[in-house]
Amino acid sequence: MEKKVYERPHIIKLDAGMPGKFGMRAETPAMTHVFGVAVKKLVEKHGSPLFVISEESIRQSYRKAHKAFSTRYPNVQFAWSYKTNYLSAICNIFHSEGSWAEVVSGFEYNKAIANNVDPKKIIFNGPGKSDDELLTAANNGSLIHIDHLDELYQLIDIAEKATQRPRVAIRVNMDTGIYPQWDRFGFNYENGQAWDAINKIMHSGKLDLMGLHTHIGTFIMTASAYGIAATKLADLAMGLQQKFNHTIKYIDLGGGFASKNTLKGSYLPGSDISPSFDEYAEAISSALLNSSLKPDSLPLLILETGRALVDSAAFLISTVIANKRLSNGKRATIVDAGVNIMFTSFWYQHQISPAQGASQYREDTVLYGPLCMNIDCLRESVNLPILNKGDQVVIHNVGAYNMTQWMQFITLRPNIVLVDSAGEVQLIREAENMDSIQHHEKMPDKLVINHP
Amino acid sequence: MRMNQNIAISETGFLFNPSTGESFTLNPVGLKLISYYKEGLNDDEIISRMQEEYQVEEREISRDLLDFKNVLKHYLLVDNND
Amino acid sequence: MTKPTLNIGVTGLNAIDSPGPGVPVIRALKEATSFNVRIIGLAYESLEPGIYMHNLVDKSYMIPYPTEGTDALLSRLEYIHSCEKLDVIIPNFDAELYSFMKLEKKLLAMDIHMFLPTFEQFEERHKVNLSDFGKKYGIDVPFGKAISDPHDLRDLEDEFDYPVMIKGKWYDAYVAHNIEQARSYFSKITAKWGYPVVVQKFVQGTEYNVIGLGDGKGNMLAAVPMRKQFITDKGKAWAGISIEDKKLIALTEKFISSTKWRGAFELELMKTSDNIYYLMEINPRIPAWVYLAVGVGQNIPEALVHLALGNDVAPLPAYDVGKLFIRYSYDLIVDRSEFENLSVNGEL
Repeated sequence: MEKKVYERPHIIKLDAGMPGKFGMRAETPAMTHVFGVAVKKLVEKHGSPLFVISEESIRQSYRKAHKAFSTRYPNVQFAWSYKTNYLSAICNIFHSEGSWAEVVSGFEYNKAIANNVDPKKIIFNGPGKSDDELLTAANNGSLIHIDHLDELYQLIDIAEKATQRPRVAIRVNMDTGIYPQWDRFGFNYENGQAWDAINKIMHSGKLDLMGLHTHIGTFIMTASAYGIAATKLADLAMGLQQKFNHTIKYIDLGGGFASKNTLKGSYLPGSDISPSFDEYAEAISSALLNSSLKPDSLPLLILETGRALVDSAAFLISTVIANKRLSNGKRATIVDAGVNIMFTSFWYQHQISPAQGASQYREDTVLYGPLCMNIDCLRESVNLPILNKGDQVVIHNVGAYNMTQWMQFITLRPNIVLVDSAGEVQLIREAENMDSIQHHEKMPDKLVINHP
Repeated sequence: MRMNQNIAISETGFLFNPSTGESFTLNPVGLKLISYYKEGLNDDEIISRMQEEYQVEEREISRDLLDFKNVLKHYLLVDNND
Repeated sequence: MTKPTLNIGVTGLNAIDSPGPGVPVIRALKEATSFNVRIIGLAYESLEPGIYMHNLVDKSYMIPYPTEGTDALLSRLEYIHSCEKLDVIIPNFDAELYSFMKLEKKLLAMDIHMFLPTFEQFEERHKVNLSDFGKKYGIDVPFGKAISDPHDLRDLEDEFDYPVMIKGKWYDAYVAHNIEQARSYFSKITAKWGYPVVVQKFVQGTEYNVIGLGDGKGNMLAAVPMRKQFITDKGKAWAGISIEDKKLIALTEKFISSTKWRGAFELELMKTSDNIYYLMEINPRIPAWVYLAVGVGQNIPEALVHLALGNDVAPLPAYDVGKLFIRYSYDLIVDRSEFENLSVNGEL
């Protein structure tokens, strides 16, 4: 007689209550393939954990977003937000689609230059730019977004040394009804700081005021807030037109569009409630078109959205290390990907799928990473099928911020592969080795330990 | 280890404990282990029976049995500890 | 003429001490004069009493929580539809409405009909947005603010006097008499229902409710005002009486005509000692006391089904004033095997 297939024994107590936040869960279908490639094969070749990014998915998201805006507004430009994911291969997919670069540090600026981005198509944001960085950007004709008055004066000085007039914009913060209001960046709109800064720039006569910029926050679930922001920037642009007869070239509404991830504390899943590109585009375009800006000189609309373009284009494959039982009887599973490479698990409830077929039985599980650190928890509560050591799980929507905010804590970072448009798997970042970290360390001679 | 003898188990894997009023569901392997306990088999007997019936290594079934017993104790479904 | 038999899916079978509207909706549908019904219960929890009321509910299915997303709900409804051929679904929970609204077109393509508010109506009447709503339509509402950070409670002390109402986005409301209570209710609510939490001015007065039905074109098809006679410790009416109040009807008519409300709703109002009605909350669905409306001559669920099917519906006849509803509880005796079947198979 043939032996039956074994599955770990499983018993669940039935608790009946009223509909609550963590009630009965639906089935999570197995995901044996990511972007058309078998998970087992990927792990065999490239190890685990493993980030897998899809070129096709990025291109499709980009085109969808671009279409949403360009069908509503005549003149639209996207700028790839480097901080969201600055793997050069990923940046270049965006650049090949027509994206400019949006950088927030000298490091990112140099990365964009190394990626052969036309310096005139680099937007340089952020509150901390050095003299050298500003001078380089000014000489290159990059677009420098001024964050504070000290930087404005710094630039006026630098203009003396620069080979061409610095091309600048100011970053404006404002009340758009969004909580929290990001008032730490840029000049405030409501209290007149922004208008003051504009006046100082115009009176200095040393800077070319190209545009106006705002970035109202992150993971914004209310598309209408962007309409308010666009209206306020249009209002500043009109003021410039009237007082100085100066027409700005662009309005930059920054990023902050929500991805399909589910924020912790949200009752409904992000896949249901995050606004679509069309909703954001409608709010922004109609605000600009309905403003007093003259139809024949409408400024270029720049968007720096990052998260919403790349989050769903990446999965993280991880392998089960062990199962254990907590003192309260709850099941815990340890996988080989921790918060060191899954920074976003601090604020999202990432969707997690098993990577192999399983029976219909599910158990409520705490999912821990492998770090020897109490906060290393990927999900406090997730309904998973019965997993065994060596099984894989697939973590969804990990393309944004994880590959830039990751931490080198007690271990090394894993491989990242790209499934290209032809379906080929390309290694785009090699797993780190001891040398990646040790290379930069220096050992004082007297501390060297020599065994006789 | 002895199961609480008055526990009612159905073929669908539904378990009812009349002394506490609690209900549980089991998967087929869990159901099988409980029925062996109800028959009075000891752990060694269960482990060898399971290996005859299922595609499972001794190490795996021993580990899972240990965990399963702990859960049964946690849910007060067994009479005594041994 | 033979009456057609419709297969109608109904949620909210939790006829408990803070009851869902499902069971009274089913009673209303069973008494409809224009059609016969086969009722398909849609339940989230295995102990929702309606599941076991076999004289009212013909078959029940478990459905996934809204937190699981619309894809999970859709695939479950597709399965149920393949077994039952649903004609209409009447969702009865606030927290599930968004998901059903999101699926409205897809369900319609499967020939499953609903009659729900639009996204715009659903959002702007939301208690989080009620202050703006009041301004926009010229309806008196208590001053309120949505907050996501407990520290804002301290800042709000300039704008509010205690006591204040602390309300969850979906359910739950508490009266807080000081900052400590406000903070504790804030965390209690966010743990269960997420952010934001609404802080609302406490209005002293007598509570009135109106159940109504709008056709989506601005016409009022039904409206029955009720005064609560007895309230449970959860703030639910245990007894109430139908009343005649021109002001309340006029307010309801204004609400429907200005929002072009689509579907059934409940208005919760507070009448102050100086005779002003404050609109406290708008529930975008049938309330649990809907059977009073049926009992006084307006079968709102029946009319709702006709609207869902695209039939013309004339305003319902005048209702009887001065009739009471008195709720009572009833102990069903259920064999364990029924609970077992539902738990194992997800249907009964």
